[in-house]
Formats: sequence, structure tokens, C-alpha cells
Amino acid sequence: MSSSDTLVATGNKAHSHGPGSPVPLQARSERPTSYDVADFAVPNGREEEWRFTPVKQLKALFDDAAGSETPKIDTSGPEGVVFETVAADSLKVGKPQDRSAAIAWNHAGEALAVRIPVEAELTEAVHVNVASLGARGFSHLIVDAGRHSKAIVIIDHTGAGELGSNVEIVVGDGAELRVVSIQQGDNESIHLGQHDALVGRDAKLHHVVVTLGGKIVRIATNVRYAGPGGDAELLGVYFAESGQHHENRLFVDHEAVQCKSNVIYKGALAGDHARSVWIGDVLIRAAAEGTSTFELNRNLVLTDGARADSVPNLEIETGEIEGAGHASATGRFDDEQLFYLQARGIPEDAARRLVVSGFFNDIIGKIGVPEVTEHLHEVIEEKLARTAELSASAKAVTGQ
Amino acid sequence: MATLEIRDLHVSVDTENGPKEILRGVDLTIAGGQTHAIMGPNGSGKSTLAYSIAGHPKYNVTSGTVTLDGEDVLDMKVDERARAGLFLAMQYPVEVPGVTVSNFLRTAKTAIDGEAPKLRTWVKDVNKALADLDMDPDFGQRNVNEGFSGGEKKRHEIVQLELLDPKIAILDETDSGLDIDALKIVSTGVNRFAEKGDKGVLLITHYTRILRYITPDFVHVFVDGRVAEEGGPELAEELEANGYERFLKAGAK
Repeated sequence: MSSSDTLVATGNKAHSHGPGSPVPLQARSERPTSYDVADFAVPNGREEEWRFTPVKQLKALFDDAAGSETPKIDTSGPEGVVFETVAADSLKVGKPQDRSAAIAWNHAGEALAVRIPVEAELTEAVHVNVASLGARGFSHLIVDAGRHSKAIVIIDHTGAGELGSNVEIVVGDGAELRVVSIQQGDNESIHLGQHDALVGRDAKLHHVVVTLGGKIVRIATNVRYAGPGGDAELLGVYFAESGQHHENRLFVDHEAVQCKSNVIYKGALAGDHARSVWIGDVLIRAAAEGTSTFELNRNLVLTDGARADSVPNLEIETGEIEGAGHASATGRFDDEQLFYLQARGIPEDAARRLVVSGFFNDIIGKIGVPEVTEHLHEVIEEKLARTAELSASAKAVTGQ
Repeated sequence: MATLEIRDLHVSVDTENGPKEILRGVDLTIAGGQTHAIMGPNGSGKSTLAYSIAGHPKYNVTSGTVTLDGEDVLDMKVDERARAGLFLAMQYPVEVPGVTVSNFLRTAKTAIDGEAPKLRTWVKDVNKALADLDMDPDFGQRNVNEGFSGGEKKRHEIVQLELLDPKIAILDETDSGLDIDALKIVSTGVNRFAEKGDKGVLLITHYTRILRYITPDFVHVFVDGRVAEEGGPELAEELEANGYERFLKAGAK
């Protein structure tokens, strides 16, 4: 049942394990960031940060011009949370790292700030829905969790257009903030987003990127620490189907001492030209003693014709750390698992669902927001039903 | 009475040099209440027979028939064969990450019976089956075969055998890699299953050791893809004393 037209690529043949390694060609910290669009040329696809992305389809979001629509933003939340409109440059925790983010920054106009007051413990999730209406638009959100506050913020991206977005996140000292960003736009939608988070002293950030729909979705997440004792758990779940490109780029910049980061991204791919890209950069600077970091990416390729790229990269500038590691693996759906379950009486469809839900089980368990995990289970079921139809018709064609 | 009938079974696998025939006309009848041992040297096709009966897609049946109580097994999908009453305890049980033993067992039992087992009795049954195989109740919360030792995987296969309660059990080298204590525990489980009555057991093994704990009614010596000789338990004793040499010479001519 193996096939030669499925490319399972792990791009980590050469990767850095510390000083003295031949790669990367350019240290992650040296990559330029700027608020000025002119500092970024229009990508041609040969640049390190664009080489996995179908740049030809992104012309609209590389055009330094005002949007043709304003995405519709709806908010709701429990008592205590404050929504307000602020100037784009009122916080500047984020700084665009590529052309599309710089364009979004400059053309989104004002930013919507979600503020969790100092010491507030919100009992329910805050919702921000960003609906792209079918044209080209930009959004800019700020999530500002005050000192010792506790909150969950769910940002749900839907709709049909081309969206460029920036999200800035501040986790105040001792606060615990959970931010879930869901991308589930229509089949033809395109979304390029950048998230920048600053984690305060002894603060904890849970950041979750869930990508379930959209033709091209590329989310870059950057995390820095404002003081010692910060902890960032960065989770991602994606499921790319035929013709979809789901890309996640992470950069965790450890400069403060005694901080932790734990990155887990898991994705499934099904169908022709289903594509996923995961880039995980972690930098432990010389000053960042006592750092503990681990990053993991797993991809499950369910059908022929899909491709997953996975590139973990660790740069370590001090030996005085607690621990640092990474793991990346991309595998085809294991027919032996299917046989084993079927040999116990479980029909093929149910067996397939069991294996895939097993694959996602641990990460979904970590998300910790019941409405999100339920939704994820439902969407994964729908996608698997489509995948089953796909394999059934493929078998019918080849006469297997 | 449950009867598995194998008639003139020919099976091949695809290799780089084209199809290679592994089973060359196997005839075997296993009736309820009987325990059959298939013994043979490495590469004689014993495991191929087991996996072909279970329906592994790697093996192509080129001719012959397999029926269970008259029903055509070869026409059934893998899961249909299991629901019809066949069970294969595998030599290398597969790990299924993220799926707990308890979820797996309940899903399988529901599929086999066509309805979900009653919760109260089921939990009791699972705990008893685990305890009988000397497995901690915590195994229910572990992922299927993940991080299990070789012996734990084999005992987990017998737990499934007892809970799923098939008509015919095929045990593919269940004894390999077991220390003597685990071998006794596993054998006791198989005997417990066989003593339920009207259960057929096909025990595939390379060694005679397990036959000290499970007494076969019939012993078949498998050489070069077919049954070379049949007899009672005394045939196993002869193999214990003399090995497979005389059959290998006969097969080579």
C-alpha cells in the first residue's frame, strides 16, 4: 500500500545542536523586524522564511495598500474584561518580522485591546470573532492580562477573504493566560498572521493555534520573557486537506533566567496536495541560565499525495541550562495498526478514527478549554469521514 | 459445533522479484473442543497461515478455501472475520498510541457483540481478565501495547482472547520471548478458554516447551508451506528429542 508519490519530508537533516554546528546560515536573532513595509521586499519564495510557502498566491497580502474591507469583529466575555480601541503602536510588544505582517500592522488602523484587569480571575472565556467578509482586510488585536490575573481568550477566525493579522499578547507578572487562536476560514480563504507574546515574571502562557480550514494559513508565533520564572506552553493542532497549506512558525527567545518553554504541535494531512509546514526555532541566549525547553512536532500523513515539512532548530549560547531538546517525526498512517484493530472486530472506518483520535489525544487533552476540545473532536470526525470517502473512491479507481 | 476448514490453501506474497508462493496446499480442520499444534522450522510458513486466515492484506490467497461453519472466510474483511468468531493472537502485537487499553477493549467487545457491554459487569470482567493474566488494573489506562514489555504484550493478547471469546483462536508464537512464569500464566489462560467447550485452538509454535502446559489433541509438522506429517502429542515428543532435521531433509529432496 506504499506509494511513491507521497513525499514525507523532514527538513531537519542538518540542524543545530549548539555552538559549532554548521547551520543555521543566519542566526534566528539576526532576522530583521520592522514596522516599515519598505524594509521587506516582496518575497519571491527563495527567502529562508518563505521557501516553504506558496508566495505566488499571496500577492494581495504583499501589496502595500489599504484593505478593501474591514473584517467584522465581535466580542463577548464575562464581567471584568475590558474591550477598547487603541492606537496600533500603543503597546509594541510585537514587531513585524515579514512583509505581510508589516502591511497588516500599517493598514489595520487601530487595534482592539482585550484587557484583563489586575488580579481579575475570569470565570468564563473571552471570545473575539474575526470574520473576513470575502475581500482583503487586516486586523490587530492586543490581549493584555494584568498582573496575577487569570483568563481564557479565544480568537476565532472565520470567513472567506484574505486576512493579514497581528496579535500582541502580554502576560503580566504572576498571571496565567490561555490564548486559543482558531483558524477555520472557508476553503478559498487566506490568512497570514503573527502573534507576539511577552511572558512576565513567574507568569504562565498557554498559547494554542488550531488550524482547521483555509486554503493558505500561516501563523508565526514569537515568545519572549520579561523576567525570570516565566513559562510558555505552545500547542498547535492542524489538519490539512486537499489543496490546503497549513504553516506554523515558532520562535521562542530565551533571554531571562529560569524560564520554561514547551512546544507541541501535531498535525494530520489527507488528500492531494495537502501540505503542512512546521518551523520551530528556539534560542537560548547566553544570559538565559536555568532554561528548560522542549519542542515536538508530529505529523500523520493519512493518504497519498500529502506532504509535511518539519524543521526544528535549537540555538544554545549557554551550557548552564536545565534541559533542551526537540523531536520531530512524520509518519504515514500505519496499516498494521489498522489491521490489529480490525482483527479485533472493529470496522475499518472506526479503526481509522480510533488511530487518528489516539494521535491527537494527548495534545487535545492539554488544551484545557472544553468548548475548543469538543469542537476539535467534531471537526476531526468530519474530516475523517471525508478522508474515508476519498480512500474508498481511490480504491474503486485502482481496483484494489 | 464450530469448525474451521482449510482446504488446499495456496498463498503468495509480493516480492521485488514477483510473487513468491509461501503456502503450497494446506489442508487442516479444526473443530470446537480440539487443540491443534502447528510446529515447524523458521520460514516454513506457519505465521503466513495465521495471518492469511485473519486476512492480512500482505498475503494473497491464490487458490483454496477457508470456511468457518460453512461460511466463506476468504470473502470477509478482516473485521468481519473477527466478528464471525476468529481470533488471532499476534506474535508482534501492534502499539496504538493515544488509545487506552480500556477504550480499545470496550470498542472491540462492542463491535464483536453488536452492542455495548453492560458497564457494571464489563468493568468486573476486564479487571478479572487482567488479574488472571497477572496484569495490574492500571493497564486499562495505558495506551495499547505502548511501552509494554514483550511478556506484557503477549499476556494482553490472552486478556483479549478471554474477553472477546471467539469460536476459534489462532495463537501465533504466543510462547516466544516468554520466561517460564509468563509462559505458565499465558498457558493457563489459553486452557481456561479451551475448557469453555466448543472452542477450537490452533497453536503455532517453534518450540515444544509450551506443549508441556497446553496439551494438543493433534500435532501437525509444517514444512515448506504444507503439512508434512500429522499425529498426536507423541509427535511433539519426537520433535523435542530429534528436532526438525528429518523433515528438512525430506523437504529438500
